Amino acid sequence: MSRVGLRLSGVACVRGGRLLFRGVDLAMEPGGSALLKGPNGIGKSSLIRICAGLLRASAGMVERHGRVALTDERLALDMEQPLRAALDFWARLDRATAQALDAALEAMALEPLAQVPVRMLSTGQRKRAALARVIASGAPIWLLDEPGNGLDDAALGLLGDAVAGHLARGGIVVAASHQPLPLVTPVVMAMQDHVAAEEGE
Amino acid sequence: MTVLLTLAARDLRQAWQSAGLWLPVAFLLLVASLYPFAVGPDAALLRRTGGGMLWIAALLASLLPVDRLVAPDRERGVLDQIALRDIGEEMVVLARLIAHWLGFGPALMIATLPAAALLKLDGATIALLELGLLIGTPALAALGLLVATLTAGLRSSGALSGLLALPLAVPLLIFGAGTLGDGSGAAFKFLGAASLLLVAITPFAGGAAIRAGRE
Repeated sequence: MSRVGLRLSGVACVRGGRLLFRGVDLAMEPGGSALLKGPNGIGKSSLIRICAGLLRASAGMVERHGRVALTDERLALDMEQPLRAALDFWARLDRATAQALDAALEAMALEPLAQVPVRMLSTGQRKRAALARVIASGAPIWLLDEPGNGLDDAALGLLGDAVAGHLARGGIVVAASHQPLPLVTPVVMAMQDHVAAEEGE
Repeated sequence: MTVLLTLAARDLRQAWQSAGLWLPVAFLLLVASLYPFAVGPDAALLRRTGGGMLWIAALLASLLPVDRLVAPDRERGVLDQIALRDIGEEMVVLARLIAHWLGFGPALMIATLPAAALLKLDGATIALLELGLLIGTPALAALGLLVATLTAGLRSSGALSGLLALPLAVPLLIFGAGTLGDGSGAAFKFLGAASLLLVAITPFAGGAAIRAGRE
């Protein structure tokens, strides 16, 4: 992890002809975490996708140093494959070791389900599988879009532990959530503050 | 290179599991067995027209798996997750092209043998047909994949795929079926040229289509 960082300055996002937000500044250093808050549809997911480089910012600058791992509402795991094999495909693209994958499965308490086909998993288990992919990737920047959705209290605890461990190792976490997350001292960004004023300017 | 192999192996496995592999084969055999019912059991007529008819069947069979080539992975976020790993869309499409051809080209060529027997084609024609398909199926695979990247995410993409692909397939059909009656080998060269062109542009055009469709 050499020179890890994520910097947004003056980022705006237009979707479908509508200005979602503007003037978003965010500077993340190693060990830093940010929590994006706000009601549905305010642009949290779009901002996460802009951070990931999957969506272009309509204005402003995005600087990213270091690999990115993302989890959003889409699982992106092959349904017919056993869980471990499905995750192994991504681990190989990430050049992650088998040990890293096993450690990630353990961190999300998924070892008992390693041989179960993905389609048999429950909502919460699938979410944990997506988080295990993020953990196994070894990427320094984690972008978590609603990571707590569908997780029970025990799984939320596991998520908190994984995030804390990642931050302690000098990683960066940006999470979007409408519910409280077990993040330690994050930069909280209320997206409402960046919604364009309808009148005025 | 390992990335390419990893992607292609996964695509091939997906095609196998979604039962997309036997569909073009079954389609080709079905058409070949229906054709004599339609034109009558005149062996001479079947022999004269059967080769060209098998080319049309191969072309239509190549369109069958189009709707599962790109759209499901786009919707399930697989393409986005691959993009996050700094793997170019061109690489994704190239891997998919290799997997798609492997899953469909050889199977179609094998299915052509019983189909040719049903149409009473002679040995020389079968040999020409198989050689033509060997050169032409990569182009059919590329064309199907290209159309799949262009229509992924659209409603009623299935019908649109046919409308988009069939006009583009006209050169393949002309030169492919042309190889059967042409002794000079010129049709093979044109077929090879058309095939190379489609295979060469598909990764770039398809990659650009996937990027443009990411919204």
